[in-house]
Amino acid sequence: MNIQDYKITQISVFIENKKGRFYNVTKTMKDAGVNIRAMSLADTMDFGILRFVVDKPKEAYDALMDSDFIIKKNEVLAIAVKDESGGLSELLNTISNLDLNIEYMYTFVNALENKAVMLFKFEEIDEAIEKLLTANEELLKEEFFRKI
Amino acid sequence: MFWNKDRETMSRKEIENLQVELLKEKIEYAYNNVPFYKKKFDDFGIDKSSIKTIEDIRKLPFTTKNDFRDNYPFGLFATDMKQIVRIHSSSGTTGKPTVVGYTKNDLETWTNLIARIAKAAGVTDEDIVHIAFGYGLFTGGFGLHYGLEKIGAAIVPASSGNTKRQIMLIKDYGATVLVCTPSYALHIAEVAKESGIDIEKDLKLRIGMFGAEPWSDQMRKKIEAELNIKAYDNYGLSEIMGPGFSGECEEQNGMHIAEDNFIAEIINPETDKPVKEGEYGELVITTLTKEALPVFRYRTRDITKISTKPCSCGRTLAKMSKPIGRTDDMLIIRGVNVFPSQIEEVLFNIEGISPHYQIVVDRKGALDVATVMVEANANLFFDEMKKQKQFLDNINYELKSALGIDVSVKLVEPHSIERSMGKAKRIIDNRKF
Repeated sequence: MNIQDYKITQISVFIENKKGRFYNVTKTMKDAGVNIRAMSLADTMDFGILRFVVDKPKEAYDALMDSDFIIKKNEVLAIAVKDESGGLSELLNTISNLDLNIEYMYTFVNALENKAVMLFKFEEIDEAIEKLLTANEELLKEEFFRKI
Repeated sequence: MFWNKDRETMSRKEIENLQVELLKEKIEYAYNNVPFYKKKFDDFGIDKSSIKTIEDIRKLPFTTKNDFRDNYPFGLFATDMKQIVRIHSSSGTTGKPTVVGYTKNDLETWTNLIARIAKAAGVTDEDIVHIAFGYGLFTGGFGLHYGLEKIGAAIVPASSGNTKRQIMLIKDYGATVLVCTPSYALHIAEVAKESGIDIEKDLKLRIGMFGAEPWSDQMRKKIEAELNIKAYDNYGLSEIMGPGFSGECEEQNGMHIAEDNFIAEIINPETDKPVKEGEYGELVITTLTKEALPVFRYRTRDITKISTKPCSCGRTLAKMSKPIGRTDDMLIIRGVNVFPSQIEEVLFNIEGISPHYQIVVDRKGALDVATVMVEANANLFFDEMKKQKQFLDNINYELKSALGIDVSVKLVEPHSIERSMGKAKRIIDNRKF
């Protein structure tokens, strides 16, 4: 097992709460030929943090950098969840029992048949990967996001 | 109504003669008691014989805020600490605070000058006065307090904060006079209305004595309409004593200057030469009666004009207009003096911050709201909301400790702050005074 395989690159962008800012980010991605696979937006009155996982992280990163966006690269985990009542609850229970700290999470829909995929940012990613695999959770590898 | 009618109605000639006499005395007094002035007067070759007419004051060097700072804390005091009975100081937000001291006689003078402006505004011993200025090092609270007490009014020393409670006190204790900053008066009106108070029926206010920040005649009209009162302006600054330097009479079109205690000059701030009467320029003040801290030709940095035309109220004392601006970039936010350099100091202590920032001041309702726009960069951006908020809260906290007022930091995208070719435009003041 190579735990590196499970680390999924996520790009976060700082955006001011102003008309057209979100669009500018997506436009930059489009122009770079990048497909956004999963995305979340955390926002306050003044600013937002846009996070996403794409099929071509390097291209996305460079394109955003070139366009002077303020960005950060991070690693997250993608965990498959049963697409049924109690599916997420069960997973969170496992995470809690494993004593892992979640910084944030968001969903990635339409990924697998009968399963949903959640993206998690853990405080300690290596520890999370090991523990979750040992607990038999289904982690998706980075290559999964490159295809589809 | 007068407090010292004789003093307030002297002929212009009498005023000038008195000023020349007092100025000569004070020059000698300062020369003998303050090494700083001894040196300065020696350098300029000045002694009391240099003063023959009032115009001769122009021979004296200016005093600036820096002189206070260089002589921090008590270097400019002319008396021993034994004679000093009170110390006030500026909030000290631009480095060291400006410290001022008062002897017993100074406090007596101050009290009388406040009584004078209160009487001019129509306050009597029957009034109940609600003072919502902060009590403390700031000269506003204590300054107004003793003068109003002196004329026999009943004082409610409410100090600042908790507007709802202030309104309850104003209502329940039946205050007839309100003392605070003009913007706070408007805020009180707003909050009172929101809490369902019928200002005309429930409150007995009739007079407002407002100061410590610039305000316009439009604002006066608004305050008067909202609070159903007559609103009077007064002016002063701690360096020369505090409030009481000048205040409005019933005409409400200029503040009579206590010329028996001060000499007021208006100069062109660039050439340092006097302007013609009625022209705008920088107000320069000389104290004539201060014992603890005589000050000569203090550069107030406030832009105003002075008129000696006779006033219908009977006072012969010259009138100054509401200050219309500053010669420096000082901002007055909620009555507190703020310099962009202080904000800069806080910001530049934060690692990785970009040098591009701008201070935007708005008036939301009646209250000033200051926002510091800082261009974001990767150093200031955290992928986690919690960390991002914490980072911003920390800057807000630092700014609050440095400035004494709440200022909020807003991260904006790179290049969104206008770049100027010359001096950076640091301040956008959207307030209409």
